[in-house]
This record gives sequence, structure tokens and C-alpha cells, in this order.
Amino acid sequence: MSLHDDNKQGFIEWCKRGEPMIWLNAAAVTVSTLAVIGLLLLLTVRGMGHFWPASVMQAQYQLPSETVASILAERVESEQVPIEQLLSAGFKIDTNDAFVKRELVKLGNRDIGGADFKWVISRYLSDVSYPKDAVVIERREWGNFYGFLQNVKQQGQIVASLEEGDAWSEFQARVSRANEIHDKITKIEKKDIGSINYRLEKLRLRDRGLELDTSMADAQRQQEKADIALERAELDSQYKGMQQQLADLYQQWHRDTFTVKTASGQTKEQRIATVVHAYQPNGMNVFQKLGFYFAKFAEFLTDEPREANTEGGIFPAIFGTVIMVLIMSVLVTPFGVVAAVYLREYAKQGFMTRVVRIAVNNLAGVPSIVYGVFGLGFFIYFLGSEMDKAFFPEALPAPTFGTPGLLWASVTLALLTLPVVIVATEEGLARIPRNLREGSLALGATKAETLWRVVLPMASPAMMTGLILAVARAAGEVAPLMLVGVVKLAPSLPVDGNFPYFHLDQKFMHLGFHIYDVGFQSPNVEAARPLVYATALLLVVIIALLNLSAVALRNHLREKYKSLEM
Amino acid sequence: MNDVNDKAANFMTSDKSNVKAHAINIESLGRNRVEQSIHDEDITLTVDNLDLYYGEKQALFDVNMVIPRKKVTAFIGPSGCGKSTLLRCFNRMNDLIDTCRVDGGISLDGSNIFDKRVDVATLRRRVGMVFQKPNPFPKSIYENVAYGLRIQGINKKRVLDEVVERSLRGAALWEEVKDRLHDNALGMSGGQQQRLVIARTIAVEPEVLLLDEPASALDPISTLKIEELIYELKDKYTIVIVTHNMQQAARVSDYTAFMYMGKLIEFDNTDILFTNPSNKQTEDYITGRYG
Repeated sequence: MSLHDDNKQGFIEWCKRGEPMIWLNAAAVTVSTLAVIGLLLLLTVRGMGHFWPASVMQAQYQLPSETVASILAERVESEQVPIEQLLSAGFKIDTNDAFVKRELVKLGNRDIGGADFKWVISRYLSDVSYPKDAVVIERREWGNFYGFLQNVKQQGQIVASLEEGDAWSEFQARVSRANEIHDKITKIEKKDIGSINYRLEKLRLRDRGLELDTSMADAQRQQEKADIALERAELDSQYKGMQQQLADLYQQWHRDTFTVKTASGQTKEQRIATVVHAYQPNGMNVFQKLGFYFAKFAEFLTDEPREANTEGGIFPAIFGTVIMVLIMSVLVTPFGVVAAVYLREYAKQGFMTRVVRIAVNNLAGVPSIVYGVFGLGFFIYFLGSEMDKAFFPEALPAPTFGTPGLLWASVTLALLTLPVVIVATEEGLARIPRNLREGSLALGATKAETLWRVVLPMASPAMMTGLILAVARAAGEVAPLMLVGVVKLAPSLPVDGNFPYFHLDQKFMHLGFHIYDVGFQSPNVEAARPLVYATALLLVVIIALLNLSAVALRNHLREKYKSLEM
Repeated sequence: MNDVNDKAANFMTSDKSNVKAHAINIESLGRNRVEQSIHDEDITLTVDNLDLYYGEKQALFDVNMVIPRKKVTAFIGPSGCGKSTLLRCFNRMNDLIDTCRVDGGISLDGSNIFDKRVDVATLRRRVGMVFQKPNPFPKSIYENVAYGLRIQGINKKRVLDEVVERSLRGAALWEEVKDRLHDNALGMSGGQQQRLVIARTIAVEPEVLLLDEPASALDPISTLKIEELIYELKDKYTIVIVTHNMQQAARVSDYTAFMYMGKLIEFDNTDILFTNPSNKQTEDYITGRYG
């Protein structure tokens, strides 16, 4: 019989060969891959476009039977809408097309016009131009300003103006001067005065502690109180000095003003101190735009948020996320490993052990918000307030650890991810070949020595796998954090220059919660939307980075402890 | 090192009365030539009415034998006959199996190894074991050999260096690995790994070496090397080897025990057992009629 059986080409034969299964498997992989790529692509396109300095359009906009308006705006997006939708919204539109194109433009000038964003119908835009001298001004308050620079004043005197020609460079120089002063002010307010306040608070607590301590002799107490008073006076005088310094700086900061004219011809005089950046996007070439783009992106990564989180950067949220995940890892790994070692190596493998194991595995399926509630009820209200009574009585009734904070968020997430680490470690321990343990025991090692010197090192890649899964789960978790320590805006980072440098009791910001807050709690939805995408992308990237570093560590361990090919 | 061995010896010599009891027992049995031909002081291990159960199932039935000092004793028999089980009794490796239960006794130099006061770790240091599959730890060659000493808290580099070299020379491996002592042991060939395991075992200076089919996973050349090694090692150690390979047993051993279905059928000088077995079952097995 010939090996080449040409008759076997029917559909049934095709199925018998298992081809449909292969196609199905390949299709599943393709769909999954496309979904992931699509997700990342969407986040990148929507989020990263935000930092590009878009051109500013000047145009006349006139709806039928309404007066003409001059606008100066960035084009954000455009879409086709059914005409009925516009008609029913009250627009009088003189066309019979089924769809008309409309555009979302960013007008800025919230302090004048009320709203930053506006939908305009494209067919009623006329005289569209992109004037090179259109200025975009990012301000510390009230969002962007779009207009034309008229002049720059110092203490009310015009020092440069449009007519004389060099107003723009003069303006830029004064903006950077103002920003330098602003940096100094921030440093004094945040760092220097912050540290004085911190020390004053410590003194207050010490003072209060003296009053609570009844065992102390009166004379000694008086002595201590005098010391405190002395220190406090010293700090107060330092504080006064800084206040004086600040007042001077503020005066310098507020020295200059500038005048801008809006598209509709209104002029407005503002302090240069309010400007963060100013740029003329229509006059920039591609390289300048690229430079601007990366500077903006760097600012996004390293700056603190402004204006209810809709402007500025997200550094505190990145920092909070990373530090929380690290603390969680430090807590969960040893705990989970020790528990797994007991379950697998020491516990008698009977009914009880099986029950415990099933319970642990099922803990992984408990909804995370439940852990949040548990963290709030047990860790914060019970454990935290007991700790306050025991260790921080002088601060009461203000809670120290009896309130949501970094420590409790980390502990709650550690509890949430504990089952993952236990299960992964147990599986790793089960995979260590028996003859290696026997080899060690046969050399006179005890069980503990065998565990410590042979079994645990070989199981370390499995522990890392557990940790990787734990990190992936913890870093993306938001729901429980809202109960146990994450806030919309934290006044300071949980790590700073004040002893003991690590403030586990502080509240912190988190990227996941930041997305929720910016996306759904923001007063300015249109402005916040690209930030939601950009922040989401960043969260994905950070989780990927944390995971990759753990994976690299695991691969290193695997290489080191690769077990025998059995 | 000596200090540790002295300590190990202490607990064993405490039970003198036991020794006598055994000696009398063996004489009174008078069952086989080996036991009668060997002086008491030339006996390392004595197995006395040993029964062993895995749960309900009995695996060893009333085994009585002696292991002569500084000789090679081979256990042969078909698969599942209990020879490995018996071997693993000598260093109490069966303790690791929860359901395993033992009746009867085994004495090492006259003291019962199943005594409650016996420290199993010390026993295993005196009775080393090499397994069927090479099982080096995923560490460097050096650390593999030094493992037993580090367990005993010996971390002086000078001592370790010396012991590692001596042990590797003892296992005829030194010349092959002296330039890559700090490479991972898993990079060696199977035969080298098995000799490394032997080096690791003799590094702690045991009295007895238990070899559980040490060459069954190796190629013929590596097998030959292991056999040569066994021949050299018997000057210093009492060796007990389990093997499926009758030629191997005939080549390397001085005494051979044939086991069948958990019973010790015949135990004699290797030459006699292979040329003139006194038991029909033994004859059938060595002539290949079953097994």
C-alpha cells in the first residue's frame, strides 16, 4: 500500500488530522495577543498625544442667525454626528446632509469664557489661520490661556511691548526668573518650614508626654519643660526668619505683569508669577516641538499634580504605588514562605492540613474590597488604635496609626496576596526531587539543615514566581486601598528628610486611585481624559517593570539552582 | 573532625550487654558459614530477626545476617525483593516513610541503631549512602564535597580544602575536576556525578558505605570506574552494595546475599554462592531461570 494516500483529503480527514484544533489554538493566541497590543496602543495613542504642543487655530465661528465670534483654540478631536442630534439640541443648521462634522476645541481662558472646551460645527468655521504669534500660556490656576502677547510690565512700567519687537524674549526671560523664585518659595515652604513644623509637632508631643507621665519628679519635669520652651523659642525665631524671607520672595515674584489680548480683542493683565510655561506652538519646528514634548512628559513623571490633579505631574502617585508594593513584598514573602514550609514540610499531611490548604487557596478568591473592609476594621480600628494607646498616648485624640495609612495599606495587600505566595512556594517545595533531600539527610544533616541549605535555595525561583504574581495583583488593586490609606492628594511623600525618614503612618497617593479620581471625580472632564490614559499607561508600565525585575531575579536563581533533569 | 566522631562513638558503645546477647544469638543459630567464619570484632553490622512493614504490607521477613568489616557485601535478587529496603535500614533512611515500621534489631558495632537515644544524624554520618541516581546538590563541586563538613560546623578554609582534595582523590575524581572545583556540579557527566557523590560521602569519614545500585544509571565505562573505585575503597570502608547486575556482584564483592520476596535466602562467600549455591532458589536465580 502506498504511503501517499491521495484519497484522504476530505473534510472529515482534515478534522481527523487535528487541523481544526490547531487553527482554534492559533486563533485564541492571536486574539489574546491582539487584545493586549490593542490595549497598549489605545493607551499610548490617547495618553501620549496629550503632551504634544498642538497648533493653535484662529478662526471666525458663526452659527446661522447668530453673531460672529473669533476663536483661538487647539483642535482636540472631530467626529460625525447625525443632524437630528444637533437639531434637537437647538442648533439651527442649514443643510440637508444626514451627518455633519463637529470638532472639539480647547479654548482655554476659563477665567474669561467659563469653559475650556467647546464643540464647534466645522462648516461654520471660516478664515482659519495659524498665526505664528499666538501664545499658549500654562498657568498655575485657571488652566491654559490662549491669546496674543501685548506687553510686559515691571511694577506697572512697560519694559517691552509688541511694537518694540522683543516682547516675547523679554517675557520668556521674566517667566523663567519667576519660576526660579517659585522653586525657592516651594523649597522653603515644603522643606524648611515643613521640617520646622515637624519638629514643633514633636516638641508639642514631648510636652504632652511629660504631662501624661505621672511618675516623673516635678523638678525634672520643670527642667524638661524649660528645655522644650527653649527649643520652641529657637524654632519659632527660625520660623520668623523664614517668614520674612518668604515675604521678600513673594514680593519679588509678584513684581512683573504682562498683558495679553484674546481672540475677541479683550485684553487682560496678569502676573507673570501665574505662568508655568508659555510657548508659541505655531512658530515651533518639529525639533522644538519634540523637545517640548519630552520636557512635558518628564514634567508629568516628576512633578506634583496641580489644579485638582488635572494638571502637572503624577510623581507622588508613582512613588506611593512603588513604595507600597515594595513594603508589601517585604512583608508577604517571608510570611508566605514560612507558612508554606510548615504546611508542606512539617505539618502531618492529614485532614486538618488539607482543610487549611483549601482555606488558604480559597482566600485568593475573596473579593479585594472585603480585604479592605477587614483592613479597616481590624488593622486600623483595632490594631492601630491599640498601638496608639500603647505607643503614642501623647498624640491622642489625634490618631497616629489608628487611621488609614501606608503601613496598613501595605499590610492589607500583603494579606490579600499571601495565598498566592503560599501556593506558589508549596508547589516549588513539592517539586524538589526526593533524592536530593535524601542525599543531604544521608550526609548527617538534620531536616532543618536540609531545608535551609538544599530545599529552600532550590525552591527560591518558585517563591519569586509567587512574589511576581503577588506584585502583579497588588500593584493593580484599588478598591481596598480606598479604605485603608490612599488619598486624592497627599501633602507630602511618605519618605522625606525628617527623622525617621520613613513615615508609615502617612496617607499616600496611588496610580490606580489617581486614574479613578482624575477620570471620574474631576471637575474638568475633557482636560482630564488624556491624563487618565497616560496614567493608565504608566501604571501598566510600572507593574511591568516591577514584574520584569522580579522575573530577572527569578531567572538568575533558576540558573543558579537549576535542578537535575529527572 | 575527630572530636565529632568520638562523640558519635560514645552513644554506640554505651550498650555493652547488647553485644554479648548478639554474639550468643549468632552462635546458637549456627546457620551459615559466614557468621561462623568471622570473628565478632570483624563484624560491623548485625541484623537480628528483622521484620519490616510498610503499613499493613510486610516487606522484610525475619532477616538475620552480619556485614563483615572492610569487605564488600553485595545484595542481589529480583526487583521488589527487599534488598534496597534492607540497605536503607542500615542508616535508618526508612524513617522518612511515615508508614514504615520495624521489628527486630540492627546493631552497628554492637549497639542497636533503633534505640531511642540514637541520634539519627550521627548514625548517618557513620553510615554513608550513595543512591541509584546521581544526586549532587545544585552547588559547586567544592561545596558538594564540603557539604557534610559545613553541616558539622566546620568552615575553616584550610580544613575544607584538604578534605575536599582528599575525598576527590579518594573517589578518583581529583585529576578530572581540580581545575574547575567551583563550577556547578550539574555540569558533570553522570559517571562523574556519581563519583562526586561518593567523594561527598567519604568526606565525612563514615565507617560504612551503602551503595544502592550505584552504577545502574551509568554507561559501561563509568560503571567500570565505579567498580574499580569500590575495589580501592574497601581497604578503608565496610561496603554494602545493592546491584541487579550479577556479574558486577561477582566482580566486586567478597560476600553475597541473595534475597527473594523479602527473605534472605542465602548468604555466603561470593565465590561459593556463585559456583556452588546450597539453595535451589539461588541456583535458579543466578543461572537466569527466573527473576
